[in-house]
Amino acid sequence: MGLRIEVTKVAKAYNGNPVLRDCSYNFAPGLTYALQGPNGSGKSTLLRFLALLEAPDTGSVDYLENSTVLPINLELRRRFTLVLPRPGIFNTTVFNNVAYGLKIRGVKSGEIEARVDTILETVGLSHKRSQRALDLSSGETKRLGLARAMVLAPEILFLDEPTANIDPLNTDIIEEIILKMKAGGQTTILLITHDPAQAERLGDRLLLMKEGKLVPG
Amino acid sequence: MTEFFLFLSQINPGELWGIVWLSLWVSGAGLLLATALALPLAALLALKRFPGRDAVVNILHTFMGLPPVVLGLLLYLLLSRAGPLGVLGLLYTPTAMILAQTILALPIVAALAHSAIVNVDPVVRQAAVTLGATARQQAFTVIREARYGIVSGIMAGFGRANAELGAVLIVGGNIAGYTRVMTTSIALETDKGNFELGIVLGLILLALSLLVNLALRRLQKRGQSAGAELSSWA
Repeated sequence: MGLRIEVTKVAKAYNGNPVLRDCSYNFAPGLTYALQGPNGSGKSTLLRFLALLEAPDTGSVDYLENSTVLPINLELRRRFTLVLPRPGIFNTTVFNNVAYGLKIRGVKSGEIEARVDTILETVGLSHKRSQRALDLSSGETKRLGLARAMVLAPEILFLDEPTANIDPLNTDIIEEIILKMKAGGQTTILLITHDPAQAERLGDRLLLMKEGKLVPG
Repeated sequence: MTEFFLFLSQINPGELWGIVWLSLWVSGAGLLLATALALPLAALLALKRFPGRDAVVNILHTFMGLPPVVLGLLLYLLLSRAGPLGVLGLLYTPTAMILAQTILALPIVAALAHSAIVNVDPVVRQAAVTLGATARQQAFTVIREARYGIVSGIMAGFGRANAELGAVLIVGGNIAGYTRVMTTSIALETDKGNFELGIVLGLILLALSLLVNLALRRLQKRGQSAGAELSSWA
């Protein structure tokens, strides 16, 4: 069945200024959602709520499986992942960055090697495997952030502006990767983009953040 | 110059190496103990919120400038026979010197390690959360990101311990073959007018400091970005 996310009347205000107001939506499993909206409209805030990084002022974010609301715990958190706009790359090698999520899950080293190498191949960073990750270009850094999440095979992948501030070549590579994941049908993807054409290319459902609410785009 | 080399040949190597070894042992053990205590303290102060946290940080920063002679005096009063810890019989022993070095290096290592940890980009911890790290794993990740700054703190702590004179002189007593270290020997030889021996000991002290710092710097450089240095045209 897969994980379903139910957002119910979520609201959030910063310094008294409301960003999200009674925002509700149901995210179905296996689909790719492209979320658009002006800067400061609350897109990233919503994504952080969905990824359980923060809690809304009011309202709720529930994860459901077979119509049962799942308790919020580490087990649930490890079923999805969020790639931040600045991915927060660790000061170590490219390999160690991608291996991080697997290591903390106690995956055996042989399996880690194999899975990381496969993902590095997918994102075109195999040749940078032993290089210091902080020395990568911004496009490569975005790809590394994506690889670090993909290697965990999450059921839901949140991508906050995965192609912002990078060149067209890297944008094409990242879009290609997202399209491949989408074709696999195993992952629900929710991505934020400012590019309407990209939203059309990648999204099954287009959403717009308007006056603090999610509306069809 | 010939006279200098003639002088060098007259130094008793056994005594000299005894002094060097004790210096390294006292500074090394003091630094090791200080680091073992300072790192958990720095991590706690940087990663946990609790009442009085800022006060502890302020105290640490204040103690970075603790005058060694003042510490020596306090330890002397504590460890002397009439003092509350006099029963332990630690005064004029290497253990008392290690204790002094630990207390002197601890605030330096802790304050600099704390500073390194709090300056780690918050997005690193968030990334760890998004990748499924537990609270403990997040903390270790942040500390690991601060490792090069922590090494700087350890280097500064070593500098403090290695160059220290006042406290180890007071609590160690500069007893030949037992508590005599390089700094106390230099002070003694200077008093006696043996400037050549003082200079030789000073050079050895500097060379040791250089070796330790080179090793730590080598470790640090591994984490330095290629782009961190200015280009020749900049």
